[in-house]
Amino acid sequence: MKHLRKEALTGVVLKKFILIFYALLILVPVSIVVLASFKQMTDLFKNPIGWPEQFSLSNYIEMFREQSLGQYFLNSTLVTLSTILFILFFSSLLSYAIFRFSGWLAVILYGLFAAGMMVPPQVNMIPIYSLVSDLGLTNSLTGLIAVSISIFMPVAVFILSGFMKSMPKEMIEAASIDGANEWSTYCRIVLPISMPSLSASAIFLSVMVWNDLLFPLLLINSSDKKTLPLALLQFQGEFMTNFPMIFAGVIIASAPMVIAYVALQRYFVEGVTAGSVKG
Amino acid sequence: MKHSKTLYLFVLPGLFMYLLFFVYPTLNGLVLSFTDWEGISSHWNWVGFDNYKRMLFNDDIFQTALTNNLKFMLVVVIFQTSISLIFAILLLKNSKSNVFFRALYFFPTIISSISVAFIWAFVFNPNVGVLNLLLGKAGLEALAQNWLGDPKLAIYSIAFVKVWAHAGQMMVIFVAGLQSIPEELYEAVYLDGATNWQAFKNVTWPMIAPAATIVVAYTTIQSFKAFDLIFAMTGGGPIYSTEILSTYIYHTAFQGSEFGYAAAQSMGFMVIIALITMGQFKLLKGRSS
Repeated sequence: MKHLRKEALTGVVLKKFILIFYALLILVPVSIVVLASFKQMTDLFKNPIGWPEQFSLSNYIEMFREQSLGQYFLNSTLVTLSTILFILFFSSLLSYAIFRFSGWLAVILYGLFAAGMMVPPQVNMIPIYSLVSDLGLTNSLTGLIAVSISIFMPVAVFILSGFMKSMPKEMIEAASIDGANEWSTYCRIVLPISMPSLSASAIFLSVMVWNDLLFPLLLINSSDKKTLPLALLQFQGEFMTNFPMIFAGVIIASAPMVIAYVALQRYFVEGVTAGSVKG
Repeated sequence: MKHSKTLYLFVLPGLFMYLLFFVYPTLNGLVLSFTDWEGISSHWNWVGFDNYKRMLFNDDIFQTALTNNLKFMLVVVIFQTSISLIFAILLLKNSKSNVFFRALYFFPTIISSISVAFIWAFVFNPNVGVLNLLLGKAGLEALAQNWLGDPKLAIYSIAFVKVWAHAGQMMVIFVAGLQSIPEELYEAVYLDGATNWQAFKNVTWPMIAPAATIVVAYTTIQSFKAFDLIFAMTGGGPIYSTEILSTYIYHTAFQGSEFGYAAAQSMGFMVIIALITMGQFKLLKGRSS
């Protein structure tokens, strides 16, 4: 009996040890980076881990003054918000039509979008690049938004169709026979009851689009059109090992997602999971 | 069933965008792969299967990139799946501290890969890097390495970062799977005198088959997409030791100005992903039945 209790105790201690170790593995690098963003280069070389000699906001100030990070922030916000709004609108219309069609038309439409989730964007980055330049849309946020909409739409169609399958078909049909046309059925009934999966999609998409590097890298080359991830990548070339500077950029770029995550944690976890459960 | 014509209008905007910016380029990539187009001029020639022949028989870097990609995939899938499963089991109950740990472990998922890359590039840096410094302080100087500069090591360092960034996300999928297992199943096997290990083997493992399938499939695809992370941490170097298919395709097109050849590589990439995904589904389906 005594032996058993001892074993259980070792188990508990071991478990706590593993959990805290992994927690530190996340917290330590992140806090080192946060602290480093308030340091000067010389301070960082002398003292990479500890508290800054004096807290200085100069890296942040320079990011905004000299590097127009404010502009990149605006660009990222514009791209992310418009991509999400268009995707939610288009994919909810599509999913509702798929729900109503039934039969082969629904199968083909759904299959077309489901297949899109299997194709990694890296596979068609070359032809997408050449299409966008044929359309004269390289180096414009419009082009980037159009591509982002098309690349990320399949996931939203997947999430929303999955949800709409569970809607009571009789209720929707009854509503549309009652004289309400499809548009008002969609607006008054379908959209409101789809709110949970619309917001899950929105959260998933915001993380994906805000953090996307590939398509800004392909499609944007002038400095006033850059999004945050692309700007960060190019800071790296510019500042080489001026880590404090780069980290100030990292923190500004991550802030909106981190704040949203802390505020809406449960929804974030559900949203990002809904998007990843896509086989 | 009857439905009004309005529904066709509903399909239109989304379908149009998707066909134009996704389906058409995907098909056009196939056409490009049979040309020698260099990316800018309107002049190009048909070259038949030359690009494919070169890719399969005459391009050492493509072989290296494919090998690296498979190595990276294997390491990431094995470690990410097992680590996320272990944490899901340890943090299964919804106690206050468990909910806190789960939220913390999930946290790296929401940071962009480029930021994650910079964080770890700093930790791994051989001069100011924190990792070597800490190893030195612990009296383990011997273990200090040039984590991203050593061609033998770099791809594993990046694989570690990939797992760091996404294990928490996969853990959430396992937690959902585990929490849906009815308590009575455990009560039954423990009544029969099962040990913890037997309970895991006979109840947990078969019951989480669907979650495991999702985690493995998602991690595989993600590992093939590690473009951002590699691009920002090593750019494919040193000496191609971290070049994977996606970064190589990018380099072929935008540094080598060989769009036609890059398109052929993309097709090869797609076929490889399709084969691996199908293989996995077969394997995992066999397990769950």
